[in-house]
Amino acid sequence: MSADSPPLDPIFGRLTLDAFPIHEPILVATFAVVVLAGLSVAGALTYFRLWVPLWRDWITTVDHKRIGIMYIVLALIMLLRGFADAVMMRLQQAMAFNGSDGYLPAHHFDQIFTAHGVIMIFFVATPLIVGVMNFVIPLQIGARDVSFPYLNNLGFWLTAVAAILVNVSLFVGEFSQAGWVGEPPLSGLDASPGVGVDYYLWALQISGAGTLIGGINLLATIIKMRAPGMSFMRMPIFCWTSLCVNALIVLSFPFLTISITLLTLDRLIGTHFFTTDLGGNPMAYVNLVWVWGHPEVYILILPALGVFSEVVPVLCGKRLFGYTSMVYATVSITVIGFVVWLHHFFTMGSGASVNGFFGLMTALIAIPTGVKVYNWLFTMYRGRVRMETPMVWTVAFMFTFLLGGLSGVLCSIPALDFQLHNSLVLVAHFHNVAIGAIVFAMMAAIDFWFPKAFGFRLDPFWGRLSAYFWTGGFFVAFMPLYIAGVMGTTRRTRVFDDPSLQIWFIIAAIGSLLIFIGVLCFLIQIYVSIRNREALRDVTGDAWGNGRTLEWSTSSPPPDYNFAFTPVAHDVDAWANMKDHGYSRPLDGFNAVHMPRNTSVGIIVSVLTLIFSFAIVWYMWLVAAVSFGLMVLVSIGHTFNYNRSFHIPADQVARTEGERTRLLAQQG
Amino acid sequence: MSHPPSCCGPVNRVRLVFTPEPTRNLVLRYLSRLLGYKSTRCFIVTFPFIERTVLKPHRIIALLPLVAILSACNAVVLHPSGDVAVQQRDLLLYAIELMSIVIVPVAFLTALFAWHYRASNTKARYEPHWHHSTKLEVVIWGVPVIIIGFLGVATWTTAHTLDPYHPITRIAPGQPVPPGTKPLKVEVVALDWKWLFIYPELGIATVNDLAAPVNQPIEFRITSSRVQNSFMIPAMAGQIYAMVGMETELHAVINQPGDYKGYSSRFSGAGFSGMHFVFHGMNNSDFDKWVADARASGAALDSASYLQLAVPSENEPVHRYASVDPQLYGKILDMCVEPGKMCLSTMRALDLKKGNGLCQPHVASN
Amino acid sequence: MTTTTTMTGVKDGTGAPVFHLTEEHDHDGGSTVIGFWMFLMSDVLLFAGLFAIYAWLGGHYAGGPSPSDLFRLPLVAANTAIMLLSSFTCGLGMLETGKGQAGAALKWFGVTALLGICFLYNQVTEYEHLQQAGATYQTSAFLSSFITLIITHSIHVIVGVVWVGVLALQVFQHGLIEANRRRVLCFSMFWNFLDITWVCVFVFVYLMGVLK
Ligand SMILES: [Cu+2]
Repeated sequence: MSADSPPLDPIFGRLTLDAFPIHEPILVATFAVVVLAGLSVAGALTYFRLWVPLWRDWITTVDHKRIGIMYIVLALIMLLRGFADAVMMRLQQAMAFNGSDGYLPAHHFDQIFTAHGVIMIFFVATPLIVGVMNFVIPLQIGARDVSFPYLNNLGFWLTAVAAILVNVSLFVGEFSQAGWVGEPPLSGLDASPGVGVDYYLWALQISGAGTLIGGINLLATIIKMRAPGMSFMRMPIFCWTSLCVNALIVLSFPFLTISITLLTLDRLIGTHFFTTDLGGNPMAYVNLVWVWGHPEVYILILPALGVFSEVVPVLCGKRLFGYTSMVYATVSITVIGFVVWLHHFFTMGSGASVNGFFGLMTALIAIPTGVKVYNWLFTMYRGRVRMETPMVWTVAFMFTFLLGGLSGVLCSIPALDFQLHNSLVLVAHFHNVAIGAIVFAMMAAIDFWFPKAFGFRLDPFWGRLSAYFWTGGFFVAFMPLYIAGVMGTTRRTRVFDDPSLQIWFIIAAIGSLLIFIGVLCFLIQIYVSIRNREALRDVTGDAWGNGRTLEWSTSSPPPDYNFAFTPVAHDVDAWANMKDHGYSRPLDGFNAVHMPRNTSVGIIVSVLTLIFSFAIVWYMWLVAAVSFGLMVLVSIGHTFNYNRSFHIPADQVARTEGERTRLLAQQG
Repeated sequence: MSHPPSCCGPVNRVRLVFTPEPTRNLVLRYLSRLLGYKSTRCFIVTFPFIERTVLKPHRIIALLPLVAILSACNAVVLHPSGDVAVQQRDLLLYAIELMSIVIVPVAFLTALFAWHYRASNTKARYEPHWHHSTKLEVVIWGVPVIIIGFLGVATWTTAHTLDPYHPITRIAPGQPVPPGTKPLKVEVVALDWKWLFIYPELGIATVNDLAAPVNQPIEFRITSSRVQNSFMIPAMAGQIYAMVGMETELHAVINQPGDYKGYSSRFSGAGFSGMHFVFHGMNNSDFDKWVADARASGAALDSASYLQLAVPSENEPVHRYASVDPQLYGKILDMCVEPGKMCLSTMRALDLKKGNGLCQPHVASN
Repeated sequence: MTTTTTMTGVKDGTGAPVFHLTEEHDHDGGSTVIGFWMFLMSDVLLFAGLFAIYAWLGGHYAGGPSPSDLFRLPLVAANTAIMLLSSFTCGLGMLETGKGQAGAALKWFGVTALLGICFLYNQVTEYEHLQQAGATYQTSAFLSSFITLIITHSIHVIVGVVWVGVLALQVFQHGLIEANRRRVLCFSMFWNFLDITWVCVFVFVYLMGVLK
């Protein structure tokens, strides 16, 4: 962008034919596969005449259940992409010894580890937890929908187009090579002049906006839409963790927005926030981004802990031990989570007392986290532990989490962090938690609430097999990284010179293969379950037989309006309490139900955002200006729509409920 | 100073900075009873609060698998050769032991409960409504609080004693730095993608090759040229960031002669993987010879040759300079090796004088 | 059946617990104000971050000009007065809205928007003054952080002015119905937030910059 460069084309900007990687066989093949897959999906939709239902029931939906499912589907698709990146890295690192350069040049390898981190955090873990929260929270609090159904749809589509933007970078230009937090000066214009970092920044910006919108929505939902009788101390633990998570989102994502906006300005118009000259300070970015980054860790982990707190009581047939402890533990993790960010760069050398303070604060978090583990443990105690798939994930989690917690506390001691920081111990630690807690929890959640969403359970055989392979694969893949870490190996290394390390990387590669089998088992599980859906059908709505919270009180899948009558909670385990009182489902007296109307504005605005961001990345100023103008116009136009809700007539509610009565009677 | 060879040696003396206190021992004794440890003594022994407690591997059962795997390979973090890294290793083991007090029983109980209370075991007690016990709550909050309390003390104390800015006070356990000892000064510059080491007192410089005499405190002053890096020698003291326009310090000592790996541990771009060097711990005579070799190389490092060196390159071979412009490191840190560029220090001086007024920036006022 | 709802539960006339409500309540818009308030909180944090960056980098003049060379306090003080006045007129508009006087309310909001435009005009003048002095956002970290802070605020003011226009159209269309009252309330929260932010800019950036 220097003054002596020729003026850019207003339409194509700096996009030229060179940006298309037609000389990279891997990418061309990937592109062909993506196009073929896309065409066959489109073909199938046309053949089965599904375009209209797809548009009406899914793309424009404001139903929190469908949006939740779409989030999870998006996350699973992106999981495959992120996992492919992981396998490529594992292969490269297993090969690049004894003078071999491996098969990935630095330009590829550096993009891959950056994309892997970005995708796994922003487009797998985040959509998974947002999806599960979206699906479960309104049902658990006895609500008909969320507070802002339109924003919910918009938030999903923003996340989706951000994911698309990341994938576009695969085929047009390049992705960032500066690591998943994109720390300057490496991500500055001087060290990274290409479009990679710009793709990264805009993908984060858009998905961050989507997450923030979703966070505000769910926070308002939990605060305002709880069923009568459900005081805060009667909220299911998953809702508590979600409440804290969404508060964390609202309080921390603005800092992500600022960090990446200012970095964008540095790159785009030449400001000096994080440059190394004219007074800029790269460490300002590092601080700002971790003020967001550490709470983000808890944004991802707390819902996971919430899921286990739901799974364990149901599958142990027992009330959760220490509900109040659990609530206080969750809240204290949330609060302390804001004063620990510096532990991500003790090695900057901030001084002994500063490091000591942040080290102490981090160690403090271990206390409430430890308490949670005890609570699950004592929920199992004197229970009836059913080793259904979600419980297998839970028990596997408890072991991996103990190890992850141990290594986490080790890294939190500043004096040790000088040895462990940026080493493979750190990599192993956060995968230990990311896989062992977040992924395991989300797999448990999918298995646990799948029958609620679709009316039939997932096949237990393939589910358990998937859990075994994931767990085994995790240990095989990451224990070697702990070992390589204490042997003095640093992360993001592409080629090694110490041959004694190779064996560990080969074992780790085998581990990733085992995890891959776990992923396959999961896909097979879905396929097998859909095929055998009649055998796995649950008409009671209480698929596990002893559901405890309100989501199990309605049918599976729940009707659009969730509950024919707004439920009233008298206990933490509201549904268990209702069953104890011999509650019987009302069969008449139905009312018309007030519901939000679908809208296509969410997807239109999001697609315009996608075009806008793509245009900015490539400096296509005219395209950017036009799409931005349209975005503003469409958004304002939407505020002129006052007709956003409708009533489901009472007789239609009666018909839906009557059908359920018939099915229940049929089952006997 | 006789250390066992770094590989396969037993876990060394654990001697942390704490002084023994009778009250602490009481707490420990109580804790061990509470947790049902059979031998109070064994339990206390695993706490390295008592000076010069010798830890033998068989005492730390919890660590056995770890120790077994890692003593077989060259796990440099567990078998370091510099006193700072030795203390870090001891702290690491101490923290692992301390947390094992909770983790091992919990892992065991998880397996036990999952098995014993399995749904098919109808003989096991079933209390579906039991969900609260004040006694248990006290334990489940209390035990982590106590353990984190101990760990917190260690965290805070070692954050100070093992802070990289903290000058070395001892060369090895029980061996304080002799009064009047002057540390060896080394100035470190992270370049794209190689390391430049300047020995200001010796007037020599090297690229990707570092040496120091054993048992002499070393004072590193570290900066970077273009992007951030991290200067890491795990066998000696771990790492600290190398940042552009900023200076960090690392004080350390190496106790045994040998060749150790050194590298950047913070990703810095395309040539990052090749950004490693060998750190030689040497006897005094070998070190003198090494210095003489450098002096014999004949090359000189001044601003012009530095700017040439700073051009990004990968897998740079070792080379040495017989003489160094004594101002050079200061100029690198001040970000004004290029002629005509305003130095950071000038900018900062102007900042204190409320800037340079409305005249043009970039132009040095002197 | 008569039911009483409390946060501890619902009981029917006989005191036995009730497990569902038999009547429907439309909840439309009940969360709008709290949701908008949360959005404002996140916006507060956005500005907090910008202030933090300014606090960190604001003294790095990089050999360029400093606040005492650039800031023209009288103009900024006038702008602060305009901003405060606009908050006042916005409050008057809220009062009229409360009374259901759509016309009068719109008049006051129109005045608010006009004051906003005056404010923006002054900001543009101020920005041109910086440009002429050769002080751009590319000059130094101080100017980058300073200009980004005030431009972010100005963008918010632009949004507020456009919002008044949109609101006016909507009130013309539908009158002061419940939905529009909520929107007016959100707008006034937004405008007051802008006002408070500006006062912070005035005090922490301008006053302290010149006094330093
Ligand atoms: Cu953190």
